[in-house]
Amino acid sequence: MNQIIGKKRIEDLEVTGNKWLNEDYFVLTLRSEEILPDIRAGQFTQVKVEGSPETFLRRPISFYDVHPSSREIRLLIRKAGAGTKRLSALNKGEKVNMIYPLGRPFSLLEGNRFLLVGGGVGLAPLYLLGKELHRAGKEIVFLFGFRSAGQLFDLSQFKDLGELYLTTEDGSKGEKGLVTGHPVMEQGWDAIYTCGPEPMMKVIAAVAAEKGVPCEASLETLMGCGFGACLCCAVETVHGMQRACVEGPVFNTKELLW
Amino acid sequence: MVDLEVKIGGITLKNPVTTASGCFGYGLEYTDFLDISRLGAIFTKATTGEPREGNPSPRMAETPMGMINSVGLQNKGVDHFIEHIYPHLSAYDTHFIVNVSGSTVEEYVEVASKIDVLEKIPGIELNISCPNVKEGGMVFGTDPVSARKVIRAVREAYHKTLIVKLSPNVTSIKDFALIAQEEGADSVSLINTLLAMAIDAERRKPLIARITGGLSGPAVKPIALRMVWEVAQAVEIPVIGLGGISSATDVIEFMLAGATAVQVGTANFIDPAISLKILEGIIDYMERHGFSSVKELTGALEI
Ligand SMILES: Cc1cc2nc3c(=O)[nH]c(=O)nc-3n(C[C@H](O)[C@H](O)[C@H](O)COP(=O)(O)OP(=O)(O)OC[C@H]3O[C@@H](n4cnc5c(N)ncnc54)[C@H](O)[C@@H]3O)c2cc1C
Ligand SMILES: Cc1cc2nc3c(=O)[nH]c(=O)nc-3n(C[C@H](O)[C@H](O)[C@H](O)COP(=O)(O)O)c2cc1C
Ligand code: FES
Repeated sequence: MNQIIGKKRIEDLEVTGNKWLNEDYFVLTLRSEEILPDIRAGQFTQVKVEGSPETFLRRPISFYDVHPSSREIRLLIRKAGAGTKRLSALNKGEKVNMIYPLGRPFSLLEGNRFLLVGGGVGLAPLYLLGKELHRAGKEIVFLFGFRSAGQLFDLSQFKDLGELYLTTEDGSKGEKGLVTGHPVMEQGWDAIYTCGPEPMMKVIAAVAAEKGVPCEASLETLMGCGFGACLCCAVETVHGMQRACVEGPVFNTKELLW
Repeated sequence: MVDLEVKIGGITLKNPVTTASGCFGYGLEYTDFLDISRLGAIFTKATTGEPREGNPSPRMAETPMGMINSVGLQNKGVDHFIEHIYPHLSAYDTHFIVNVSGSTVEEYVEVASKIDVLEKIPGIELNISCPNVKEGGMVFGTDPVSARKVIRAVREAYHKTLIVKLSPNVTSIKDFALIAQEEGADSVSLINTLLAMAIDAERRKPLIARITGGLSGPAVKPIALRMVWEVAQAVEIPVIGLGGISSATDVIEFMLAGATAVQVGTANFIDPAISLKILEGIIDYMERHGFSSVKELTGALEI
């Protein structure tokens, strides 16, 4: 049964697609019976994983794409452990219980030229963000880092929104090295948005701070509830401990003490 | 219609289903998911004298059928509660019971006295069982002398319903329940979390920054059930049972073991509307088994 009261929902969504992009990443498409609520880039959903005894808590997953007209959402997921493995095995027609939309989204920062830096599965929220910024008429450039070409998948939908630069750690595709060493980082940007491994985001935040460029990062903090009740997801900020699930997961990096 | 009312001290609960401290915020975090006014009561997050930042992250780890947390007593302090949260609570037709915590007897008394004058708060739950703070908390709940001292001092300062929340991290929990009863507590609630630990073998590191934390969820239920049984055998005052409750059947089991009311904790994180589903399930059980009053379930275990 679906309960739709107020802004956050608990709802059973139907799987309408589940497709591997490579060995580790897959895209799960789900359809709501209801009109979708307003979902913004950087927000996430708490997914209940049935049929995986090891998976006790829900799993937080960012929105990768949203299609209000078909009432579909897409999640880009990396197979990390038992929970995400179970999600990868979902078949069309199965139901998935989700709580959504959760968290503070990316904000539309001032300016016209934006750099979106993603590492690994951190690409996920940057696609929806790219769509939002593109729609607002902004110029955007993506800079993505992967471990190797094996992690790559078809990125053409990103390329429809803006220029795209790639790095791989082993040099098997794009520039060799880390995103943080890519020359595009050095261009003048009005703001930088990032999502990926924390060490990567820290370096990007430091570069942004040095150049005086506003920067927002989406953190992947462990979560108990995902909707503000347990205080398990605390992040140290200049305003004290804040909840990654309510005051985040997107933070302005100058507020973070990390 | 079945009669669901139960009494805890001076408080009449419209039904025995309440939500556990630290697992339900101040109730307001849940209003998108359910009508919180249908709950018997809501136990708030721990409230201390001064604001507290709580413990460093990571503060949690998932374990088989449960989780370990080391949130610590993160809260904005009793004055913030009174000024900023309390005014919102009167919109809801349920009882808010404030979970009171501290590092010293004086701090417990200070918080209790400040809550005493709040008209809409009919009772407090004295948290002498938090395993996640260096000072106070569980220290009071695991040493009989300190437990007696803090309960006595708070009882003198606090005039409404006093519930003492017991720690399971002791050899004989009923000794502490008896102390609470002797010192004039109106009820005891149990259990708080079990001191526990989780390790990442690959990295050879603890999964929680503070190394140890408190275990909750279905994993602790059999222990909680046994403790509720032991305590209910020993005391006259009503017992509030909790620990791993995730279904109506769990609640029935706790009541059969001697609980008058129950609290739902960790299960709210997985299904934020579970408390009301549990309530429906209790009604169904009563109808199926021909109970007209939920009170008849308390201690009805057939041996
Ligand atoms: C706000 C938010 C948004 C997220 N968005 C996405 C997304 O769009 N796509 C995606 O694939 N993943 C995303 N994640 C990470 C995802 O939640 C975890 O990978 C997932 O919970 C792992 O579950 P599991 O049962 O498969 O693995 P587990 O067995 O629980 O863990 C396997 C490994 O993953 C690590 N892990 C567990 N939980 C997390 C976590 N919350 N963050 C980072 N690492 C974790 C563990 O430390 C362990 O090393 C997001 C996390 C957060 C907090
Ligand atoms: C994240 C979290 C925070 C908690 N915070 C408090 C608290 O502030 N005060 C308290 O008395 N108990 C606290 N508890 C303990 C619960 O109220 C309850 O006693 C315990 O979790 C066992 O019940 P459960 O298994 O149903 O969760 C907390 C538990 C969790 C999981
Ligand atoms: S995950 Fe529970 S408060 Fe953020």
